[in-house]
Amino acid sequence: MHQHHSADESIKATCGLCCTKVENFGVAYGKSVILDNVNLHIHCGELTALVGPNGAGKSTLLRAMLGEIPHTGELRFLDNSDARIRKPVIGYIPQRIEFDTGAPISVMDLFSASQTGIPVWFKHLRKLRERILYSLSRVQAEHLIDRRLGDLSGGELQRFLLALALEPIPDLLLLDEPIWGVDRPGKTNFYRIVSDLRHQFDLSIILVSHDLDMVLKHADRVVLLNKTVQCSGTPEEVFSNQKAVQAFGTVWLGK
Amino acid sequence: MFEIIYNMLGQALPFEWARHIFMLNALLAVLIITPVFGILGTMIVNNRMAFFSDALGHSALTGIAIGVILGFRDPLWAMLLFSVLLAVTITLVKSLLNASTDTIIAVFSSTAVALGIVILSRGGGFNKYSRYLIGDILGIAPHELLMLAGVSLLVILFWGFLFNSLLLVSINSSLARSRGINIRLIEIIFCILTAVVVTSAIQWVGLLIINSLLVLPAAAARNITSNIRQYHLVSVAIALVMGVTGLVLSYYWGSAAGATIVLLTAAAFISTLLLRHLGRAFSGVKNEGAQTQALDEEILHSRNSSL
Repeated sequence: MHQHHSADESIKATCGLCCTKVENFGVAYGKSVILDNVNLHIHCGELTALVGPNGAGKSTLLRAMLGEIPHTGELRFLDNSDARIRKPVIGYIPQRIEFDTGAPISVMDLFSASQTGIPVWFKHLRKLRERILYSLSRVQAEHLIDRRLGDLSGGELQRFLLALALEPIPDLLLLDEPIWGVDRPGKTNFYRIVSDLRHQFDLSIILVSHDLDMVLKHADRVVLLNKTVQCSGTPEEVFSNQKAVQAFGTVWLGK
Repeated sequence: MFEIIYNMLGQALPFEWARHIFMLNALLAVLIITPVFGILGTMIVNNRMAFFSDALGHSALTGIAIGVILGFRDPLWAMLLFSVLLAVTITLVKSLLNASTDTIIAVFSSTAVALGIVILSRGGGFNKYSRYLIGDILGIAPHELLMLAGVSLLVILFWGFLFNSLLLVSINSSLARSRGINIRLIEIIFCILTAVVVTSAIQWVGLLIINSLLVLPAAAARNITSNIRQYHLVSVAIALVMGVTGLVLSYYWGSAAGATIVLLTAAAFISTLLLRHLGRAFSGVKNEGAQTQALDEEILHSRNSSL
């Protein structure tokens, strides 16, 4: 079982130079324009942090990339292993999942519901359980397997959703960070795990972030978004940019 | 075919009530329909659709009225058609308008009830329809049992093929979508299925209480379970046991069977609620309690350390 997985992952890790392009994205609800002329170029093995004020369209951009809301422009993925443009496999973590916390649904239930067609009320195969334990171990969450979803803390839930988004290993990982509900140690832990996974699986990651400290520490590139891309570059470049200073204030940027 | 079943049941159940064919028919109806209610209820409760299924039950009045106007002897088909139509309309309107779901359902439900009463009460003849309000499971005929069995089969098929998708949709639609699930389709099928189950059972259970039979077993099971499998098992067990017990009690009490069953299911809900809060008897409850406590300590600890 484990051998099978590591073989998978080493194939993935040799992929090298694939890239994702967001070309000329635009989203409008009626007359109000949410996003206009957004262009991004993301390399694999890179963590791109998407920052910007509230209402800048960060979550909207992710959901448009998912194909969940209508948009103009194109999402292109170039897989270098066969030098072909194709539709990327996207892993996604929504900003909030609002579910009934009293519902008797375990981590195992939701995980297997997304992995197999065998109805989860019927039977959990032991092989599947092992596989899910392995997936959860990537985010240090094996111990959560039989917990009820409603009993998870904010940080635990976020890690569980990350494990889910990594199955199968995506070409592109879209993470929408919750504004609240995850405590400081939980947040540090999450960023560390995401940061490690990026190298381990050579992932292209776009992370909507509200925590500039963490962005400075872990991101390879930062994109300041407000309706369109205001500026982008390394964290140092972006945070010294005049537009970023205006958007966040000097205190936030730690100056 | 039914003769054989009656004989077998008659021998297995050497009780006074089991000597009547109508009781055996009613018993079969309970055995067919309560597990389906237990199963369907789990997702009705998880999706907070209790009000929706209640509206479907009440809308049956208009279905009956339409059947009467069209001159059907058995209004079942008119009821089915109308409730499916209503289910689809509510689902579509809900996704098109941004109004609160509760309000939309209330508008549709009250309109349907009022329309039904207006039509059926013309000339003061509403009394002959009051059996639909209370239900009469003792009057069920063998061919109607077959129909219930068919509906149950539909539910089981849906649960077998599409349950996982339904579960993902109920947790988060974006997440489900990123897994390639057609959210709208799943939602509509589930709503139609609920409409069909509720409507086909309504004249046996009674439209006043049918929703309780759908919601209560699952609500009771939620109190003491922590995963989907347990949830289903306990919900079906409560529905079945309370269904059969309620039927037998109603025979000796001379009360309406549907209401007696609902009363017992309500008692099951209260018991499981108490069980959960007393935190004993069920080992699962103990663990859960310990986990919650551990979690509280963890949160407390992290708060302290961040201060």
